[in-house]
Amino acid sequence: MIRPVHACLGVLVTVLLAACGDRHPAAGTAADPFPSTYRPAPATTVLIRGATVLTGLDSRLDNTDVLLSEGRIAAIGKGLAAGGTTVIEAGGRYLTPGIIDVHSHLGVYPAPAVWATSDGNEATAATTPEVWAEHSIWPQDPGFEAARAGGVTTLQVLPGSANLIGGRGVVIKNVPAVTYQQMLFPGARRSLKMACGENPKRVYGKGGGRSPSTGMGNVAGYRAAFAKASGYRARWDAWNKERKGPSPDRDLAMDTLADVLRGNILVHMHCYRADQMATMLDVAKEFGFKIQAFHHAVEAYKIAPRLAEEGVCAALWADWWGFKLEAWDAINENIAIVDAARSDHGAGCAIVHSDDPDGIQRLNQEAAKAMAAGRRAGLPVSEEHAIGWLTANPAKALGILDRTGTLEVGKAADVVLWSSTPFSVYAHADQVWIDGVLQLDRAHPKAQPDSDFMLGTEVDDAGPATDDAADDAAEAATGARP
Amino acid sequence: MSRRPMLWLAGLSALLLGSPARAERFAIIHAEVHTVASAGVLRDATVLVRNGRIEAVGNEVEIPDGSRVIDARGRPLTPGIIVASSALGLKEIDGVEETNDVASGQKRYSAALSVADALNPRSALLPVNRIAGVTRALTAPDTRKGGSLIAGQGAIISLAGTLAPDGEWITRPQAALFATLGEQGRELAGSRPAAMAALREAFEEARSGGARLGDGLSGEAQLSPLDLPVLRRVLQRELPLVLHAERASDILAALKLADDYGLLLIISGAAEAHLVAAELASRSVPVLIDPSRNLPAHFETLHVRRDAIARLSRAGVAFAFVDASEFGSHNARNLRQLAGIAAANGLSRDAALAAITLQPAQILGLSTVLGSIEPGKIADLVLWDGDPLEVTSAATAVWIEGRTMPMTSRQTVLRDRYLKRPAPAAPPR
Repeated sequence: MIRPVHACLGVLVTVLLAACGDRHPAAGTAADPFPSTYRPAPATTVLIRGATVLTGLDSRLDNTDVLLSEGRIAAIGKGLAAGGTTVIEAGGRYLTPGIIDVHSHLGVYPAPAVWATSDGNEATAATTPEVWAEHSIWPQDPGFEAARAGGVTTLQVLPGSANLIGGRGVVIKNVPAVTYQQMLFPGARRSLKMACGENPKRVYGKGGGRSPSTGMGNVAGYRAAFAKASGYRARWDAWNKERKGPSPDRDLAMDTLADVLRGNILVHMHCYRADQMATMLDVAKEFGFKIQAFHHAVEAYKIAPRLAEEGVCAALWADWWGFKLEAWDAINENIAIVDAARSDHGAGCAIVHSDDPDGIQRLNQEAAKAMAAGRRAGLPVSEEHAIGWLTANPAKALGILDRTGTLEVGKAADVVLWSSTPFSVYAHADQVWIDGVLQLDRAHPKAQPDSDFMLGTEVDDAGPATDDAADDAAEAATGARP
Repeated sequence: MSRRPMLWLAGLSALLLGSPARAERFAIIHAEVHTVASAGVLRDATVLVRNGRIEAVGNEVEIPDGSRVIDARGRPLTPGIIVASSALGLKEIDGVEETNDVASGQKRYSAALSVADALNPRSALLPVNRIAGVTRALTAPDTRKGGSLIAGQGAIISLAGTLAPDGEWITRPQAALFATLGEQGRELAGSRPAAMAALREAFEEARSGGARLGDGLSGEAQLSPLDLPVLRRVLQRELPLVLHAERASDILAALKLADDYGLLLIISGAAEAHLVAAELASRSVPVLIDPSRNLPAHFETLHVRRDAIARLSRAGVAFAFVDASEFGSHNARNLRQLAGIAAANGLSRDAALAAITLQPAQILGLSTVLGSIEPGKIADLVLWDGDPLEVTSAATAVWIEGRTMPMTSRQTVLRDRYLKRPAPAAPPR
């Protein structure tokens, strides 16, 4: 993208410190200073009956029941007993895991896009690992509820891509909230957003006469930052071990990078060109960190086997191209080719991402385009496989696959019931549950909480009676609010 | 009546030929023909094409001896998609300035600017969109940042580019004049009223024969001698004015301007058009609108909503679909996805298809020759492997002016270079 908006890497710091094993928390801190306060509402027990279930595990279960209870998937099978629970007849409809977008700027570049809300790039220095995207999130962004209507239950909000190292990203549950902490995905690690290519050198070299102004300046910038962080980490790790004498000085930027090196923060990197990705794999190896996913990566198809070999995911658009030179070599088959790559150490990990407040509302359609393009190129992609591009694979890249991303007993009840196969332009998310709480019901649009910002807009004064008005009447008649 | 045995799949043929077939006589048989005309959808129908024109359409068409026959095998055949707003042929890569000619940098008046002077028929964007069923496009100067209040004249092109007969790919060199109000106009002129005053000043000057030209009263707002005849054509309704306006009040201001000067007005943007649908309908002013927008990306689009299209349709406002994002040129091919989204949100599928074929042709004054499958019209045709509005469907054959287009682009060539078909997938994850 042209606007200096895109930043595509984030790192998650594990909030569940107890789960970190021998990992240290952020270098000088004992605990996450911004803990999650997300507490799902009490979840009702729901039996979704007779759906076509795409599990996210490469399997399709026809005419199958799924029981949601206490915020989790309690049972999957045929002929499950309803008991006293709410039953939803889902015959002819599709049930999938909630969609996970690994690349969003919702909240940090919200709608409306005005100076007051333009908070996604700390474009004052090329390396700003000290900033956290979550501190820019405006929870009132109407894009969150629009994404929910598209079946998005979890998303990673990232800083933009103006900077080589743009700051920390964060994983949130797509629930209505007043504060961002009420959206924080409990236990998800934070991320580090890094960016290759044209954006940093344009913003600093062309825009400001500063470094970097070239591709080699970019790489020098990453290496300088991690070289410094290696020493910082060593000093702090030594001090943490002995706890003797005065502690080293705190440096918020180095705190972030040190936790990257410790594996507590996951690296997500905006990178378009194959050669740039290969360079970054070398840089990561040099300093001992792992890149979870390359984002945008329009040339990923050129190095798909290498990505599979290194276990690096590629988060991709179905068909965006040509807005800058590094996006010139895009092909519609990129996702399917990355997906089909195999190596001795692993299989390709393709993710469909949005990076866009409109695209995030129709990630299912974008996956459908990529699936169809793959099939026409002779790459057999089934719907039950392609759903993984939107669910299991992004969950893997975000380090939350043990909690969400597939329909398995015991996992979070992050579930979408679609009006038809989701691989269609006509499909709607009929109902969306997040941790077992019904957060969207298409049949009752007025029951969805609107962003405060949207209150008072005159959307109903255009002519004929509206569906909303009819819905109001229905609600008034039944008193029902799901 | 004779039918030659089908020797090739329609889609494959162009690939094999590698170059466009000469305009000739051929028949597409067994097609589900979406005429986008009063005949509606004809199943198992024949379309006869001769010398680039549609000669006959129907279930009882006689196929003359010597005609090439293409068996559609029941697949949908539609008119070519017409993109009512793009920069196709005018920009190659947004971020490579040298290839980007969408804006003049003049803040106020660039009426004399004609994009037809700069269009490139070898743009790589043409085949990428052509093989996806886009056959004609309006290409326009930009009124956004770097653009002008009166930005210049757009052209209608054929996506055949160099493959058009005799290289005549510019369908209409001066198709409309583009200008802007709203937030864009405000940015260029200083405020909304200043933008309106600048537009009125220009039309007054054109109407009065340019008497005030050069008197220096308006500072940078002076018109050039070349601007005046263009504005006069707009005043004489020979050239439509496409005014960008999103907010309902800005649309009303545009309608007042058009009333005062008797302009042939088209509104682009139109995010809040549903709030002033009656005013638009009563004046028969059409809108170019993106049916997928539902977020208040700007304050001037605060009341945008996904069912606006269904509301406009009910109110009798004519509309054609455009892509309001920055991807409307490179991915003009996704216009049919936007039409599908409209169809998924309350518009009939027929109306949605019309909004990317016949409606843009009508709004741009081309409907006597383009936009539907009817005898006498230019044979811009697309054969699909499924529902034309469905995201999993693709075009399998494209004809522009009766010529078979090669189904290749720089992207397909890149794909073929790198595509290594792997062994059947082991269970991943």
